[in-house]
Amino acid sequence: MKISNDQIIDFIYAEARLLDEQRYEEWLALWLEDGYYWMPLDYQQTDPLLVTSLMYEDYFMLRLRVERLTGARTFSQKPKSRCNHVIQRPFIDEISDNNIKTVTSMHYVETRMDDQFLLALTATHELRVVDDKLRIANKRVDLLNSDAAFGSIQLLP
Amino acid sequence: MQSNKPTASDVSALFKGDQVHRDVYTSDAVYQLEMQHLFVNAWVFVGHESQTPNKGDYYTTHIGDQPVIQVRHSDGEIKVLHNRCPHKGTKIAIDREGNTGKFFRCPYHAWSFKTDGCLLAIPLKKGYVDTPLKNTENVKGIKPVGAVHAHRGFVFARLADEGIGFDEFFGDSLSSIDNMADRSPAGRLEVAGPPLRYLHKCNWKMLVENQTDTCHPMVAHESSAGTAISIWEEMGSPEPRPAAMQIIAPFMSPYEFFEEMGIRTWPNGHGHTGVNHSIHSDYSAIPGYFEAMTESYGEERAKEILDENRHNTVYFPNIMVKGPIQQLRNFIPMGPNKTMVESYIYRLVDAPDELLARTAMYNRMINAPTSIVGHDDLEMYERAQEGLMSDGLEWVNIQRLMTDVEDYSTEAVENGTTERQMRNQFDAWVKFITVSMDATA
Repeated sequence: MKISNDQIIDFIYAEARLLDEQRYEEWLALWLEDGYYWMPLDYQQTDPLLVTSLMYEDYFMLRLRVERLTGARTFSQKPKSRCNHVIQRPFIDEISDNNIKTVTSMHYVETRMDDQFLLALTATHELRVVDDKLRIANKRVDLLNSDAAFGSIQLLP
Repeated sequence: MQSNKPTASDVSALFKGDQVHRDVYTSDAVYQLEMQHLFVNAWVFVGHESQTPNKGDYYTTHIGDQPVIQVRHSDGEIKVLHNRCPHKGTKIAIDREGNTGKFFRCPYHAWSFKTDGCLLAIPLKKGYVDTPLKNTENVKGIKPVGAVHAHRGFVFARLADEGIGFDEFFGDSLSSIDNMADRSPAGRLEVAGPPLRYLHKCNWKMLVENQTDTCHPMVAHESSAGTAISIWEEMGSPEPRPAAMQIIAPFMSPYEFFEEMGIRTWPNGHGHTGVNHSIHSDYSAIPGYFEAMTESYGEERAKEILDENRHNTVYFPNIMVKGPIQQLRNFIPMGPNKTMVESYIYRLVDAPDELLARTAMYNRMINAPTSIVGHDDLEMYERAQEGLMSDGLEWVNIQRLMTDVEDYSTEAVENGTTERQMRNQFDAWVKFITVSMDATA
């Protein structure tokens, strides 16, 4: 099945919406189970393994992260955080039979109680088509100020 | 603390031996005393030599609230300088690291200095010919700190010109740093990339105390470690276990595990958890590593090094190292209710990369601003910082497993859930603040 540019762009927007609406079960279902969510610590970092990243998480870790958010004894989520992504139209940098790469600028706001912060970021998605559906193979999130000191970032930018 | 001009006895009164006054966490006056005395009189961590490997390499950090530069001088020695031009006060270096070549040059008026701080040149120097500049402190150059000492690559400094010596201050506690470095077949560590930097809206001492607080993991981290275990069991308990199970799940170990792991305290506020075993004991072996260690040290010594599984070692006042995973956390005070936590990792020179990969994984899973385990802890610190503003009670309790005869000037090994190390820290806290204070008003 041929995937159109519009389908790819709609997919990126829909993923951000799932995160903002905290529909994590549906969000996890977008992922291929061997994928990684990578958030580098250093500007233009190339190595996810032998230096520290903010996140380099496999499917188990992502599942743990989102299940924890609703736990009865998850005190850092009592009360809960909320988030909002404002995203620019994705660039489709690569599109072949089964390999799609998009680059998307986003502004991400996270809030809890009286605190709110803004992050600017670039999300790079590697997508695959499996059984006629788009899935996330890998996702890299580069925060504009990844090397700055942060308080807790509890949800998913 | 009420007094406008606090005395040594005011400070001593904040620690009753079994309880500590909440002002030590909340009062700006107490914080100022820590900066003026504790962080001046104690030996404080600066950086690792491998952060400045070549001549002219520098790195900027803080000792307490004092901006300093660690630099490799032209003779190969590490110098630690106050990051302030002696002319107008401009910071000499503002980037986190770099190379300055053979000299520092102030960007404001181009006064220049050798990398040991000595004044090299002042433009248009004739303007000072008939002035008393030569009689000032300023003409000497960038002021170095009082004393610098490196141990197995770890650079410590004492701001005060006079005071306790390095070996007396640390004593046998250096065995934890030694064990961390010995785990390299070459006996050396190298810093691996920049540190995580996590801002905490709480007092720096809460973080230091938490390093040997063995009664919180199974409670505060149930949300992370407990959930990890339940997901894994739901999956049918697959082996090999997912990475998160190796790193995070041991936090759910029962009280008995932590009781039996033991706590050792040393004089001057140092101490560690994990005397007998620790949450790092069961990490899977890495192929080729033991063979490399045996080749370097012989089998018996290699086993001895690797059988040491110390959990967290606190070097008073404000760092913690984890020998078995080559990690250092620096709790840098930024105010009575603000702390910067920098978490570094190190490569074991000549060991397989898999060890460094696990160390990096531990760092991001546990110490990052994005870490779920970090979220658990920070929530508790910040709630405590806010709760301590209550006037309902003034004292914080640190009595757990206290005995009548505690002598912090000698080494001791006790039940792993004792709060003796917290008492040991406050004993040293009073000692190193009051040593340079007036006894009475």
